[in-house]
Amino acid sequence: MSDLLTIEGVRKRFGHFAAIDGVDLMLPAGRLTAIIGPNGAGKTTLINLATGALFPDSGAIHFKGEAITHLATHHRVRKGLSRSFQIMNIFWRLPVLENVLLPVLSRRGRAGAPLSRLEREKDAVAEAEQILRDIGLAEARDAPAGALSHGDQRLLELGIAIAPRPELCFLDEPSSGLTPVERTTVLTLIRKLSAERHTTFVIVEHDMDVVFSLADWIVVMNRGRVLAEGSPAQIRAKREVREVYLGEELSA
Amino acid sequence: MIERTSRPLALVVGVVVLALFLLPLLAGRYPLYLAIQILILSVFSLGFNLLFGYTGLLSFGQAGFFAVGAYGCAKILLAVPNLLLGLAGGVVAAGAAALILGILSVRHTRIYFSMLTLAFGMMIYSIAWKWRDFTGGDDGLVGIPRAPIQIPGLLNLSLATMERYYYVVLVVSILAILIMHRLVRSPLGLTLQAIRDSESRAEFAGIPVRRYRLIAFTIAGLYAGLAGALLPPLENTVTPPIAHWSTSAEPVLATLMGGVHVFGGPIVGAFLFFMIKDIIVRFTEYWLIWLGVIVVALVMGFRGGVASIFAR
Amino acid sequence: MDTIAFQGLIGLSLAMYLWLISAGLTIIFGVLRIVNFAHGSLFMVGAYLAYTFYGQLGLPFWLAVPLSLLGTGLLGFVMERGFLRRIYGIDEAYQLLLTFGFILILDDAVKLIWGGVFKIPPIPGFLDGAWRVFGRAFPVYNAFIIAVGLAVAAGLWALFEKTWWGRTVRATASDREMASAIGINVPRVFSGVFVFGSMLAALGGALGTPVRVVAPGIGAAMIIQAFIITVIGGLGNLKGAFVSSLIVGILSAYGTLFFPVFELFFIFVIMAVVLLVRPQGLFAR
Repeated sequence: MSDLLTIEGVRKRFGHFAAIDGVDLMLPAGRLTAIIGPNGAGKTTLINLATGALFPDSGAIHFKGEAITHLATHHRVRKGLSRSFQIMNIFWRLPVLENVLLPVLSRRGRAGAPLSRLEREKDAVAEAEQILRDIGLAEARDAPAGALSHGDQRLLELGIAIAPRPELCFLDEPSSGLTPVERTTVLTLIRKLSAERHTTFVIVEHDMDVVFSLADWIVVMNRGRVLAEGSPAQIRAKREVREVYLGEELSA
Repeated sequence: MIERTSRPLALVVGVVVLALFLLPLLAGRYPLYLAIQILILSVFSLGFNLLFGYTGLLSFGQAGFFAVGAYGCAKILLAVPNLLLGLAGGVVAAGAAALILGILSVRHTRIYFSMLTLAFGMMIYSIAWKWRDFTGGDDGLVGIPRAPIQIPGLLNLSLATMERYYYVVLVVSILAILIMHRLVRSPLGLTLQAIRDSESRAEFAGIPVRRYRLIAFTIAGLYAGLAGALLPPLENTVTPPIAHWSTSAEPVLATLMGGVHVFGGPIVGAFLFFMIKDIIVRFTEYWLIWLGVIVVALVMGFRGGVASIFAR
Repeated sequence: MDTIAFQGLIGLSLAMYLWLISAGLTIIFGVLRIVNFAHGSLFMVGAYLAYTFYGQLGLPFWLAVPLSLLGTGLLGFVMERGFLRRIYGIDEAYQLLLTFGFILILDDAVKLIWGGVFKIPPIPGFLDGAWRVFGRAFPVYNAFIIAVGLAVAAGLWALFEKTWWGRTVRATASDREMASAIGINVPRVFSGVFVFGSMLAALGGALGTPVRVVAPGIGAAMIIQAFIITVIGGLGNLKGAFVSSLIVGILSAYGTLFFPVFELFFIFVIMAVVLLVRPQGLFAR
């Protein structure tokens, strides 16, 4: 398994607060990784650094062997990185289909075409419709994204994240705020997409059920550092991890 | 949004366009003059709304590009009395100005952007005032001919009458409207709307957001410049107030009144603008107060504009 | 050399007007996250009110100025309470549009009430005259302005660092939900800050009346300059606003001296350079 993303010696401070305090992490292709840790551990900051929303103070990030440490986000997306957001971040005024159509058009280099009619972009539209079928939102294609239920919006988030056909996709708390039924849908979807689409998912999660049912590999963060990483069984057994998660149901 | 133009709407538009073409046969000089001004403001406002309604960027300085278009056209017409050349020159000059100022402005957050557009608009105003040698200062440029349309060897069409010029403005405006209509229903239009709805998401769709904001800003500048360039042959003079922020308020108000999130909103708004202005100036010279009151009322209560009333 | 030093002092006094208006704008933005486009109009209203009390009604200067502050503060109160407060939750573009609407109303209202011709009232007796500085006559009034500006800077620092109200405001600025949770009446703080910022703008306008033109349009001119200063200094950064005001004021004064034709254009050039080189502002963190 080759390493898709390598993070070496990365540090990030906000004023006096060290959000990321020296992280070394290797993410190989094909292995569904979950990043867990208490609030403030730096999980979202790590995603921000990996995806270009922030630049590190020191250290290096490589994607498929190429340095991307200071590369702008849209360039990283072009290279095969993607993410979904914890706080819902969809194109709420646009119809559901167009939400997914945009990243497809962008991947095909058609996003800037000024005079061609949108309906005429047949290949892109077909691809977008397929994505909607994959995520189960095909019937809602013309509804404004903002009108969807919370659970459906989460599915749409997922759809927009995978539309650029990323090789590595960060999902930031994909099951947050969902009912148990909706959560099952999302999990099934992630598993299916992981198998079918040659996309490696990295999931940040608080919900341990989700983590243990999905992950091939678990990375535990605390205070801006990687505390431990390993297979689910290994992590379950580690004492330090249990200490960090005092009070949370870890050893199920 | 892929707005599928409904049948009834297409019919209404068709009737209106027909009426516009027949207008010179039915009306005298003043209504034609008014109609030309409405068309000019429509073009101006469409460009503004591409930036505001579709891309989410609020510019208070569009009058600057309007003025660049006007002065550019005027300077050309004073040297070479060829209307097409004048129009083209004005548009290109305005587009260039928008490109340059856009590069400085689009990398900022929306609030900063709006502040900068106000500042840059007034910068152009101060240039129009101070650069006497080029712009004529507060006297402006006078004696601008209503130049004929000349294509050497093919066409020499005099535009001395108001009717003739009205038809020129009408045709140019319709072309501009059609192009804008295509634009907003294209992938580019979708990209701009996505940027409006969520910049961060657009970045993660692989969109270089800054570049597209610049594209939108430049197109808005081109439209403002076209609108401006249509003015000198009409009035035969060009003076600095057309670059003032109170002129920038006109497309803002027209768009707010007509409807921000509807394609035809700015056009309807332009019509309403002149109807209302016509009424107000009969009673008072303090027309800006009423402009301001309408803006405040719209923001406080009727943000969707006229179009939203029909959408219910 | 003397000319340069003298012009620097002129620039310093010019900077103080800019400082007064920028301080208000910065404080309001820092706490309410609103840019009041009509802030310059409040400067103008302060000037007109001071002119009315001092120039037309003949009240003593030291009374006219506070009265004009009160009047403008009242106007600011109406703007915030009556209008801005109702649209806090929606797209910030509409807040900008609203305050833009206020400019339109105020600029013409001023013409309606006071007429369009500009006024220049006399300098109050005890501040008249000039001192011999660097071999030239430096107006006492300019020195007065510099003193007021510095006093305001020191006063603001003390206010926000040392007083209870200042700490409340800072808490609200940094996290309004948290502030509300610990019992701070956030809407009241907002109103208070808005009125306070408006009065600062009015102070600049009122103090400017004896030496500057009182005319419609000075508001718009001031707000542009205030915007340029916040671009250079960074929005919401009070220290940055002070230093930028100094930079812009002093450089403008030198611009007038050495490049008189480009006077107005000069400060836009400064802004463009900053935008290109350090877009987040010279003092942004």
